[in-house]
Amino acid sequence: MISVNQLLGVSLAYVAFLFAIAFFAERASIRGKGSWLRSPMVYTLSLSIYCTAWTFYGAVGYAARSGMEFVTIYLGPSLVMIGWWWVLRKLVRIGRAQRATSVADLISARYGKSNLLAIVVTVMAVIGVTPYIALQLQSVTLSLSIFSEPGQPDSLSQAAAAFWVAVGLVLFTVLFGTRNLNANERHDGVVIAIAVEAVVKLVALLAVGVFVVWGVAGGIGPMMERIDNSTIGEWSMDRSRWAALTVLSAAAFLALPRMFQVMVVENEDERHLQIASWAFPLYLMLMSLFVVPIAVIGLDILPAGSNPDLFVLTVPLAEGQGGLATLSFLGGFSSATSMVIVATLALSTMVSNHVVMPVWLSTQGTGAQVSGDVRNVVILARRASILMIIFFGYVYYRLSGGGAALAAIGLISFVGVAQFLPAMLGGIFWRGATRWGALAGLIVGFAVWVFCSLLPSFGPDAVLSAAVFEQGIGGVSWLRPQALFGIEGIDPTVHAMVWSLSLNLAVFVAVSLATFPTPLERLQGAQFVNIFDHSTQARGWDAALATSEDLMIMAQRILGPADALSLFRAEAKRQGLTGHLPEPTQGFLQTLERELSGSVGSATAHAMISQLVGGTSVSVEDLMAVADESAQILEYSNRLEAKSAELSRTARQLREANQKLTALSVQKDAFLGQISHELRTPMTSIRSFSEILRDTDTLDQAEKTKYASIIHGETIRLTRLLDDLLDLSVLENGQVSLNLENGNLNDVIAQAVLSAGGAHTTRLRIHHMQSDQDVPLSTDLDRLRQVFINLITNAQKYCVAATPELTVEILQQGGGLQVVFHDNGVPIPSEARALIFEKFSRINDKDGSGAGLGLAICREIMTRLGGDITYEPRADGNAFIVHLPGRVALAAQ
Amino acid sequence: MSDSAPNATLFLEKRSYRRRRLKDALRLLPVVGVLLWMVPVLWPSGASHPADPTPVAMSSAITYVFVVWVLLILAAAALWWVIGERGSAETDP
Repeated sequence: MISVNQLLGVSLAYVAFLFAIAFFAERASIRGKGSWLRSPMVYTLSLSIYCTAWTFYGAVGYAARSGMEFVTIYLGPSLVMIGWWWVLRKLVRIGRAQRATSVADLISARYGKSNLLAIVVTVMAVIGVTPYIALQLQSVTLSLSIFSEPGQPDSLSQAAAAFWVAVGLVLFTVLFGTRNLNANERHDGVVIAIAVEAVVKLVALLAVGVFVVWGVAGGIGPMMERIDNSTIGEWSMDRSRWAALTVLSAAAFLALPRMFQVMVVENEDERHLQIASWAFPLYLMLMSLFVVPIAVIGLDILPAGSNPDLFVLTVPLAEGQGGLATLSFLGGFSSATSMVIVATLALSTMVSNHVVMPVWLSTQGTGAQVSGDVRNVVILARRASILMIIFFGYVYYRLSGGGAALAAIGLISFVGVAQFLPAMLGGIFWRGATRWGALAGLIVGFAVWVFCSLLPSFGPDAVLSAAVFEQGIGGVSWLRPQALFGIEGIDPTVHAMVWSLSLNLAVFVAVSLATFPTPLERLQGAQFVNIFDHSTQARGWDAALATSEDLMIMAQRILGPADALSLFRAEAKRQGLTGHLPEPTQGFLQTLERELSGSVGSATAHAMISQLVGGTSVSVEDLMAVADESAQILEYSNRLEAKSAELSRTARQLREANQKLTALSVQKDAFLGQISHELRTPMTSIRSFSEILRDTDTLDQAEKTKYASIIHGETIRLTRLLDDLLDLSVLENGQVSLNLENGNLNDVIAQAVLSAGGAHTTRLRIHHMQSDQDVPLSTDLDRLRQVFINLITNAQKYCVAATPELTVEILQQGGGLQVVFHDNGVPIPSEARALIFEKFSRINDKDGSGAGLGLAICREIMTRLGGDITYEPRADGNAFIVHLPGRVALAAQ
Repeated sequence: MSDSAPNATLFLEKRSYRRRRLKDALRLLPVVGVLLWMVPVLWPSGASHPADPTPVAMSSAITYVFVVWVLLILAAAALWWVIGERGSAETDP
């Protein structure tokens, strides 16, 4: 017989071994040599924290009491793993994409990063897992008590043993679980220690099993006979329990916080999941292979009344196998400790991220703008949470008295955490799930669980009075904790599971259908449900409001100065900037938020960034995408419409341009004909008269003078025409040099009127509306005068009124001046208006004396002077308006 | 899910077709597991009445449950071997 002290020595040595392994794994990981720590094998073994002391001790006890029913607890997870393609693949992808740190984080992120939801899930998880932790403490102390002989002075009291085990667990979890802050950086030390413990417990159970089958029973055949002849030798099964417990274990496998931790958070590579899909069922199968044989042999050889939960220890002891019993003890110890470590790690992350940090941030007043290193606060919060959770487990253990069968406690816990399942699966498969639906479902399911499963577990008259058990709350018979709605005779576990889960689901769906999600919720919902279609974040920050310095300060406090600096540097480098401060682009803010959420959870990270940035910008496009599934098509068709409108506009412009070009070409042809005619007419007369002068000798002096005058007149006409063409070409090529002078606009007009033949000398009456004061200007006065003369002579030529009149008027318009030449002739026909300022354009030209260059020259001159000339039809004639820019008018003042 | 992209082609070449069917098998495997493991619900249990049929012996029950288990593990491992060998699972052709 091994003494308790020897056992304690072995246990301490084992714990020291685990510490060493965890320590070296962390070191290797830091030095970048930790790739072997992340093999699919280690991943599969770390999943084995599903098998706790409940499995190790409780399964045998369970089998001794209820036969094969124990196996349902492993069938559910096996099915989930084998069906990884359905749920786990999506869960792991989402968890990694969203950098979820826990179940609470995942659920809160799905439902619009609601911290309220995260708090509710956290509280439920703590309450739901506490019995489970108590179970581990209970199993370790029970197993210790086997080795202590009654009455021996050094035998530990069970309470003291539980206390010291709890202290050891706190120490280990704090040391290796809270070393690095970012939950997504993973806990290499813890994971490798768990993998080692997984091997130890498997080897221990297999060793006991092999010993029992071949050492005690004498082979498989005799073993099977003994099984059939034992008290559990016949198939005797509560059918509802068989199905319900399989479903329940599958649900718990997905929803347990510690399973989420190892399965999703610590997942390094999605391909590991596929390997685990067969490797983990294999592990479970091996773990349960020898459970029934051990139970049967235990029932056979041990005295009636011995605790079947401890057969794994007592059978080897009874056969005198002290070493095997010690190995078995270490296996049970491993199961208990690994579960407590991971469970508390997962829970402490939830508590610190969703309860402590938000409260702490809000008490700081300025929120994210606090001074100091937030990391210390987070790590402190996590350590305190670890302490608190293990303390809760210890208190539950003391309160429950350690009497109940292990399996019963485990099932209570399973039903509790299974309440997360509707919100979780609904969130990743159904876009219609809303925050209020999830909240209502969780609360209803949890309330039913507390009433039907948790409180009755303390026994009648402990929390609930026996009267409540018998008659229901307040005597209402359909409110009995184990017979809700008056339906009696259901197994209590099945009863609690069926009612809590179905009411949870019903309320979740009903409230989701009735409520309307926020835009952020809908975007997140689309992200989660369609994770395989697009893994990008759809919503962004309104980045203009955040400054890089503020973000840097905040990031340093959470990620640590070195990590934050390298993150910012990398981003700045990516943006092509020197230094360490990148532009706060949307993409960068999203990256930063995800990095932060790895440390403090998505809701808190979201809140911190929004404090700096001032709120998420759910852009118009995002809202469109939310508002309508076919938004993209709509947007596309809108774009097409805009494009086609633009095209038709362009086509219209082209058509106009083409018409203008055609008209111009016609004009030009007409002009060429005209100009040939123009040139030919004077040339003809010049040639004729010069021939007469040359060949006719009988001309008298008067005739000679007359003919020479005609020739002279025609050459003047030709010269004028050529001058005009030259002038225009000079103006158009921009070769003209302006001769700036100061003058008075009234004077310029008066001179122009004089040059054009005077106000009254011709048939045109010219009214020059003299303004009261001088209008000084600074420009090329000669050129301006040329424009005015041109306009006046045009009026002289083309005004067809009975008594032609021209009014010249100066108007102040804005900063500039307008000189309006308003005649009383017939308005220019509208189809010709577009062309009057073009070269060679001639309208109403009855006598053919003009070359059609005058207005074109005017416009060129005005453009050079910085002004413009426009035409307006008036009711009683035509108005040509010369616009002079402000600077021409003001420059002289 | 991701297989039913709107632009997916209707007919596939032989290898892609084989991979699709393997994924179908992958999806089907847990369903088969559930059906097989729920068979014990149909077994006669606990002869409380003389007319009841003889209950299934525990050794047979153990053999049945564990044989199903081993077969499922082998099937899952085989599917992993065939699918996993040809690249990661989510890169649909």
